Amino acid sequence: MAEKTLTRADLSEAVYQQVGLSRNESAALVETVLDEVSDALVRGEPVKISSFGSFAVRKKGRRVGRNPKTGEEVPILPRRVLVFRASHVLRNRINAVYKQLVNA
Amino acid sequence: MTKSELIQRISEMNPHLYQRDVERIVSTIFDEIADALAHGQRVELRGFGAFSVKDRDSRTGRNPRTGETVHVESKRIPFFKTGKLLRERLNATD
Repeated sequence: MAEKTLTRADLSEAVYQQVGLSRNESAALVETVLDEVSDALVRGEPVKISSFGSFAVRKKGRRVGRNPKTGEEVPILPRRVLVFRASHVLRNRINAVYKQLVNA
Repeated sequence: MTKSELIQRISEMNPHLYQRDVERIVSTIFDEIADALAHGQRVELRGFGAFSVKDRDSRTGRNPRTGETVHVESKRIPFFKTGKLLRERLNATD
């Protein structure tokens, strides 16, 4: 299995290849897209990308946690966490390739 | 916010671009991520988050309605871990 990790640079390169804007503008647009998604989530708005998945913000209440090393009780304050749910299209796409590998 | 609202917003911010190019930009970004995950790769977007896949072994499951045992094949599932900056922004007090 390929161990390469995809980064912003790869996304910018793909946009550059697909759309034909300059490399600089392609990189800036990748950033803008990620910023717009982030800003919506920070506002508490869910973000739904069809055939990819959805991001939603969930509120977690205060609870008592424990330092696993010392056993000491520490309060965990209320906070907001992000949850991602992959769409069926994405899940199926990932599994289609995986099944080919398993059955090969 | 939906994908089309995202495209709309980016178009408004970039009036010099054709909307079809903005559609292409947004689709390319998510397609590239999906493609990498389908090939078992990790996608790391500092400040935003990281996508990865995890393998799940086959197991014997149970139909919760009928109680009948069923074989669940091994599968690969996608994961997302929120980046540090975004996690902090979600919990900023100001």
